[in-house]
Amino acid sequence: MSVTKHSKEPLLRIAKRDGISRPKAYGIRIAAVLLSLVVSGIFIFAVTSLNPIQVYQAMFSGAFGSARRSWVTIRDAMMLLCIGVGLAPAFKMRFWNVGAEGQVLIGGILTAGLMRALGASVPTPVLLLIMAAASLLAGGLWGIVPAVFKAYWNTNETLFTLMMNYVAIQLTSYCVALWENPKGSNTVGVINQSTQAGWFPEVFGQAYGLNVILVLALTIGMFLYLKYSKQGYEITVVGDSENTARYAGISVKKVTIRTMAISGAICGLAGFIAVAGASHTISTSTAGGRGFTAIIVAWLAQFNTFVMVLISFLLVFLQKGAIQIASQFNLNDYASNVITGIILFFILASEFFINYRVIVRGKEAEGK
Amino acid sequence: MKKLLALILALVMSLSLVACGGSSEPAAEKPAEEPAAEEPAAEETAEETPAEETAAPTDVKIGLICVHDENSGYDAAHIDGLKTAVAELGLDESALVIKYNIPEDETCHDTAVDLAEEGCTIIFSDSYGHQSYMLQAASEYPEVVFVADTGDMAAGSGLANYKNVFTNVYESRYVSGVVAGMKLKELMDAGTVTDPYIGYVGAFPYAEVVSGYTAFFLGIQSIVPEAHMDVQYTNSWYDPTAEGEAANALMARGCVIIGQHADSTGAPSAVQAALDAGTVAYSVGYNIDMLSVAPTAALTSAQNNWSVIYKATLEKFLAGEEIPTDYAAGSADGAVMISALGESCAEGTQEAVDAAWAGIADGSLKVFDTSKFTAPEASDGSYVVDADGHVTSAFGLDADGDFVNDNGEAIVDGAFVESVLRAAPYFSLRIDGITELN
Repeated sequence: MSVTKHSKEPLLRIAKRDGISRPKAYGIRIAAVLLSLVVSGIFIFAVTSLNPIQVYQAMFSGAFGSARRSWVTIRDAMMLLCIGVGLAPAFKMRFWNVGAEGQVLIGGILTAGLMRALGASVPTPVLLLIMAAASLLAGGLWGIVPAVFKAYWNTNETLFTLMMNYVAIQLTSYCVALWENPKGSNTVGVINQSTQAGWFPEVFGQAYGLNVILVLALTIGMFLYLKYSKQGYEITVVGDSENTARYAGISVKKVTIRTMAISGAICGLAGFIAVAGASHTISTSTAGGRGFTAIIVAWLAQFNTFVMVLISFLLVFLQKGAIQIASQFNLNDYASNVITGIILFFILASEFFINYRVIVRGKEAEGK
Repeated sequence: MKKLLALILALVMSLSLVACGGSSEPAAEKPAEEPAAEEPAAEETAEETPAEETAAPTDVKIGLICVHDENSGYDAAHIDGLKTAVAELGLDESALVIKYNIPEDETCHDTAVDLAEEGCTIIFSDSYGHQSYMLQAASEYPEVVFVADTGDMAAGSGLANYKNVFTNVYESRYVSGVVAGMKLKELMDAGTVTDPYIGYVGAFPYAEVVSGYTAFFLGIQSIVPEAHMDVQYTNSWYDPTAEGEAANALMARGCVIIGQHADSTGAPSAVQAALDAGTVAYSVGYNIDMLSVAPTAALTSAQNNWSVIYKATLEKFLAGEEIPTDYAAGSADGAVMISALGESCAEGTQEAVDAAWAGIADGSLKVFDTSKFTAPEASDGSYVVDADGHVTSAFGLDADGDFVNDNGEAIVDGAFVESVLRAAPYFSLRIDGITELN
């Protein structure tokens, strides 16, 4: 890197790094997490005069304190991961799909509707296949619509996918009112509570075993797809430069639509997993903001689906920990939000220091 | 060397960056720290005791799932009620595990299961929509008792460990209606108001709300027979903004008394603002005393004393007795009441209130006396009216919505008997004089 010498050098300068070795990058990240824990600890002590260590212990016990809690944490992390995996190809293509929330909900609505309608007549394994197929199609459709508009008329996909969320949310509200049980409660309640028709069966004795298998299969599949397939390469090229893609003979339109169909379909499937595999109900909180949180997951992991596993677990861990400290120490939601905020802030900041370095005046020559 | 230096600098930078961020955050989070700040002292001592507590024979852990936190009057009433009951039964507060802000979705199931795994042997949930998730948990943990407060699925669930409790809140609604009626009469006698027009901010068009506003309305009609009422739903149990807007809309239509069945102070605050601006309007609240937010507009609030319900349930539970599947208690047991009368209440209100309570106590006053109201003919056959519109027969329960009476006749001795066939209210007749706006 060439450094232009000025007559008067500023005290601090920021320069892009040439590259940083992988262990060093992870060193910075780990240091950031540790530092964030220290700062949160100071915050906890300053505001509540509780022992931060005890608070962290409580957070840990909230997420992994019992086998059941661990499974709930795993289930929720898988859910977030699934949406993150769905978003990865779209964002890698630099297609700002902020519509995962809607894609999840539309998949969830169809799953819930089919579960209600066919629960009594169709055997569960067949019903699961039908629901999975329907949610894939619905999510895919929810992804294709903005992609087609983007490809042919160059509409703004951020706004378009965002709007599609509201359509899906309204549809969900409508279905909740339609399927209300008991009447007037404004909730659908647990669908097929007595027969458990259309619920994920236990796998290896674990209620959420199938969730894990499905999502991990998607995670590995997406990793291979993005890294080793021709289509994955096309996504990368389109994401880096559409003109290059055109020059190379890649149809940007086709890649855009195809990728969003895949992205939407996986998010739709996430809706299926959420309804059939976890909640067995549908409400506007079925997606619960995870469609947006998953964007953080996808970006922080730089679309490496295996790193997404870690990030999903971290985010869900923080959320479960927050619930526990609210109950155990009477700290309300805001306190735990602050802690989560501090930790995320540090992690995001660490990415800055991985990509850039700060040069102090006069130290440059010495450093070299 | 260069990289190491950069690394150290990076750490220092990020620390200083966040020091700025960190210092501004506590200020922004002021409201959050206040409740927390007073807790630790109590909590620390409480934290010490569980170890000894577990060894003691009164080894019991009680779970409570709240739909909101103590900022909602409804949840505050539950939290205080359970704490009082626990204290009166001589248990330590550390026996209580309270989970806040649990939405009416699968989170409730997770939380109920989590409480059961944590060792709670009796678990309460405070909101109507929690019940089907509590039911699911109850079927998975047969040795733990699950009580869905205000729920209505226990009788039909066939589960021995799944219960419903409620208060006879319609009694306090009626009496709060008497207070409103006295004020309305005073305003009409003075000529300030010519149209006895009442507004009501309701949460959902569900029997619990219908029963409540009908009782309130009948209380008013016992003083001002020509009164009529509009109901505006917010479709949320707790939404201060929507409740305030609904109250404003009702006042704009000309309502002079605003009742409410929603859990925030939104409506009373809006009424106070309107009153201060010169509109003639008064508020009757719910759950908590509204005088702090509406000192001159609030007349009274219909209240539940949940501690009575919790205490009775826990007493049976601790003694190892069977808890009734449905349990409701009313003014006779001190489970319902109205809050202190506001300064704007009409003269003679206290006497009228005392007379109403006495009538309810000795049975001479029946809240849903069929001779006191009329209804249009039922389109769905769920009740029968005579030529004058008085109800002669009505479904007790139609839990599954199939318009078949599931559980006995509701009209007994010329009155609709509420909260007897099951704990949760089931009066859902739309009577004459009340209009639902949405």
